Amino acid sequence: MPHAEMVHWWFGAGILMVALLSLSEAVVGPDVWAMRPWRRYLWPGLAFLMGVLMWPVMTFYTNSTIHMVAHGSWAQTMMLAGASELGLASGKLRSQWWRLCTVLMMLVSGGAFIVHEQQHWLFSRAAFLHHAMGWTLIAGAVFPLLRARRPQSTFAVAGFASVLLVLTVMLFCDRDTAAVFGHISQSAGVPHR
Amino acid sequence: MSAELAQGLHHEGAATRSRSASLRTRLVLALGPATVLAGVGWSLVQPWRLTILHPYHQGFWWLVSEPPLYVVVVGIVFRLVVAPALAADLDRRS
Repeated sequence: MPHAEMVHWWFGAGILMVALLSLSEAVVGPDVWAMRPWRRYLWPGLAFLMGVLMWPVMTFYTNSTIHMVAHGSWAQTMMLAGASELGLASGKLRSQWWRLCTVLMMLVSGGAFIVHEQQHWLFSRAAFLHHAMGWTLIAGAVFPLLRARRPQSTFAVAGFASVLLVLTVMLFCDRDTAAVFGHISQSAGVPHR
Repeated sequence: MSAELAQGLHHEGAATRSRSASLRTRLVLALGPATVLAGVGWSLVQPWRLTILHPYHQGFWWLVSEPPLYVVVVGIVFRLVVAPALAADLDRRS
């Protein structure tokens, strides 16, 4: 079985790709971005795929009930957000309020990060990052909310991309047991890498 | 407004749009290489994150997990798959 931090790194790579796609959409604008149909499906498809891949994470990394609930709700909302964005991209969904599914995904993901980390902020690096990622996602939910109100907003797309970039950095920094700011709890285990 | 003045303004607007599109095209084309550069820089700063550089006594999953290389691969994929078509569309629109 791969270590938990390896799974974080794999998802970090996926989220980095979504961040680059969103960033480039912010640079060129929604009209140019939508000129080729396949491009519209890229990031929603990737988000949906990551939601699907969250199910094996839920199955094989069930350390506790709260872990299972967190990863399970995470998988569902990621798939819901991906599916609603796919629906908007294909034109089968017309109301921009479907983007609220992405807001929901970010709020649930943020909550899942926070609630399945039972330790305090400075227990270890993983504990710190789980709290930081959780609150980043909750605060970052404002950007898809803004986009639901103003679909053409470059600021909203760029903000969403920035949140994902910050999240990527934090995911790649994650270690199972490692010190944070020179501090690690004695009960955290042996630091590695 | 005279026809000459209107034509002048039109040309000026087109030139401004073209300059802006050119800058954005360069930005889009630079995103992938910048990501690759970030991955390479990271591997230089933290070479121990690349188990491929010291592969002995490493398990399978540690050998598969090469985070700086993931960043490099994402940058390459973006540059080869997404950026060219996006830059072409941006140029066509301008």
